[in-house]
Amino acid sequence: MRHFVPSLPLAALVMALGTGILADDAAAASLVMGIQQEPTSLDPTSDATASIDGMLTQNVFESLTTVNEKGEVLPQLAESWTVSDDGLTYVFKLVQGTKYHDGTDFNADDVKFSFDRAMAEGSTNPTKSIFAPIASVTVIDPNTVEIKLKKKDAFFLFNMAQGDASIVASESADANATTPVGTGPFKYAAWTRGDRLTLEKNADYRGAGTVALDKIEFRFIPDAAAASAALLAEELDVYAGFPAPEMLPQFQADPRFDVTIGSTEAEVILAMNNSKPPFNDLRVRQGISYAIDREELIDGAMYGQAVPIGSFYPPHGPAYVDLTGMYPHDVAKAKALFKDAGVEGSTMTLRVPPFSYATRSAEIIQAQLAEAGITVKVENVEWGFWLDEIYKKLNYDMTIISHPGPNDMGNFARGPKYFYGYDDAAYNDLWKQISEETDADTRIALLKKGQTYLAENAVHGFLFQLPQVNIQKKGITGLWVSQPVLFRPLAGVKVE
Amino acid sequence: MGLFLLRRTIGFVLTLLVVSVVVFAVMNILPGDPALTILGLDASEDALAALREQLGLNQPVVTRYVLWVWHAIQGDFGVSHSFKVPVAGLIAERLPMTISLAISGMAMTLLIALPAGILAASRHRKAADWGVMFLSQLGIAVPAFWLSILLVLLFAVKLRWLPPGHFPGWSDPVAAIRALILPTVALGLVQSAVLARVTRSSALELMRLDFVRTARATGLSRARVLWHHVLPNALVPIVTIVGMQFAAVVTGTIVIENVFSLPGLGRLVFQSIANRDLPTVQALVMMFAGIVVTANFIVDLLYVAIDPRLKART
Repeated sequence: MRHFVPSLPLAALVMALGTGILADDAAAASLVMGIQQEPTSLDPTSDATASIDGMLTQNVFESLTTVNEKGEVLPQLAESWTVSDDGLTYVFKLVQGTKYHDGTDFNADDVKFSFDRAMAEGSTNPTKSIFAPIASVTVIDPNTVEIKLKKKDAFFLFNMAQGDASIVASESADANATTPVGTGPFKYAAWTRGDRLTLEKNADYRGAGTVALDKIEFRFIPDAAAASAALLAEELDVYAGFPAPEMLPQFQADPRFDVTIGSTEAEVILAMNNSKPPFNDLRVRQGISYAIDREELIDGAMYGQAVPIGSFYPPHGPAYVDLTGMYPHDVAKAKALFKDAGVEGSTMTLRVPPFSYATRSAEIIQAQLAEAGITVKVENVEWGFWLDEIYKKLNYDMTIISHPGPNDMGNFARGPKYFYGYDDAAYNDLWKQISEETDADTRIALLKKGQTYLAENAVHGFLFQLPQVNIQKKGITGLWVSQPVLFRPLAGVKVE
Repeated sequence: MGLFLLRRTIGFVLTLLVVSVVVFAVMNILPGDPALTILGLDASEDALAALREQLGLNQPVVTRYVLWVWHAIQGDFGVSHSFKVPVAGLIAERLPMTISLAISGMAMTLLIALPAGILAASRHRKAADWGVMFLSQLGIAVPAFWLSILLVLLFAVKLRWLPPGHFPGWSDPVAAIRALILPTVALGLVQSAVLARVTRSSALELMRLDFVRTARATGLSRARVLWHHVLPNALVPIVTIVGMQFAAVVTGTIVIENVFSLPGLGRLVFQSIANRDLPTVQALVMMFAGIVVTANFIVDLLYVAIDPRLKART
């Protein structure tokens, strides 16, 4: 019996520790979420890094409106609003009794401050263009704000939900990059740069009773192999936006995990420099469109996990038209068009940014164009180089890129300086109509027309919609499967 | 010795100066616009212009360089373009991680390589020698990142003995040490393979010399001869390699930190280059250069300590 005695205190300690951990678990529901992109700042109004929106928008910060998983606009800090008949004056009624995380009150002055700040001349708001239609912001009383527009804007309420339009307080705005202060259901707790961001439940939130999570920890794990190991070792509860589709079968077969594959707003395109010969020739662009076999591309580059697109509009959207049949895979037609345009047997360069969907697609497109007699030189470039040489200076033939923004068919109306090099008066008119049409049905009809127009003109090779792949432990509910916007509200997430 | 130190210090400063010019020039020649990287694809021209003005990017390159050197001399390394906080703070935050990893990696290298090298030399052309030679060959051939992935799969995913990555910080020493074990092994094993071979061959060379036979003839044991007579004399080439390896270990942390998602300087330098965050890249490269130059300097000092005959030559 003697040798049992010394181990008793140890056993007691183990038990104490064990119950301590259990008690802790029951009291506090926490979620550990892995994400790929590491943020450089925590202020969605001054930095375009998508993960800032993914973590903070509508979690720490709130906007006048919000968007649900279906992409529908809902009230947030504005509990209701009225729109004048001419569509130019919006009056927002604000929620009352809401406080910022630092204890200061939220009221109409904050809305005016936030928008004036975003619109100011020296503002570095990454999506300043969404404020361009605003003529003035007027405080009517502490709970009412009137916004007058210069022209009608069909996307105004949707845009006001985004992180760029977060409502911040004048007292704390300048420090938001490192210590964000908002009105949302979660408040900032700690940030270890390069490693993790921790949020805590805001006990004073107006809907605090429905918020299940007490703590959220985001961990930044850029490497797919490291992310996979962290999931398998159960260090993470969720990994949102898993970048390696080839590793999915392992998780799908594992009873511990749920794998969800949703949609995003990101259209992946083979962009062609429309301002540069021979890509200014419709026949060349059509030939390239015929040469692409989307099915083979999606199987090879995305392991089958993506939906093909025939134009520049997401397949889950209300105005979607399936145009994938406009240029079916047809090598003979492609060859004939290339011959007609006098580019048969020529060499084109494809400059590829460092994203796995792009580098993988590049090799397959290279092979597919080779079948149609075009030699493609693939150049892998780094992101800073891509932004400068391709995006800013239009120094390229073709590139592969995804466009993650919602409602971005307006890109084709951004003129010859935009990296598409596409300038088409007819389309510019059409987009003006779309962006100013406030009647939903008419707008849908116009959006359909726009998609067909872009497909007919084969402005780019339209490839596929990027999927949203999440891997999560079983028993986690309420997490968005699809991402209609860059942000991901976590107030409704529950952990069993 | 005074002259030696003076010459070394001048060399140190000149090296850093050359490095700073090269980094500054390369970062400016590289295509890339920090403002565009920060504000993204939808940024308007005037927002970009406002940010460039804020970051001081509108001044001529030479002015920016001179200002940078002037401030750096005073200990001010500027404000990171992308993180918007002082670079010095950013580095201080991550330094403990990288230093811990580099020191433990180096310690692991020495602990494995020296005994293994001496053992191989003493069992020349016997099973132990062949074993060490085979394993070190394997160690040299295996890339560190691949070894890391295998280690994670076995010890973190399969056996669940150690965490697969992520550093909890030194506030919890047990967790911190557990988190460092796999990265240390990944970093140390490959380096120790090189060092074991060097130790073996320099020990073998010495064992053929007369003084070793004399020592044995006076009745000293094999082990005593090896550790007390052969090893000290074999140290000059070993120290040379260790100095070079220290630099390799420090830069090797870049790969290891990415595989194990550890928040150290390696991750920071990687991200800063992608973001065109010139102040951060500049400060980090200067620091890495400083570490390498300092390591070489210490090696030179050690030579003199190990072999006083070298003093005359310096």
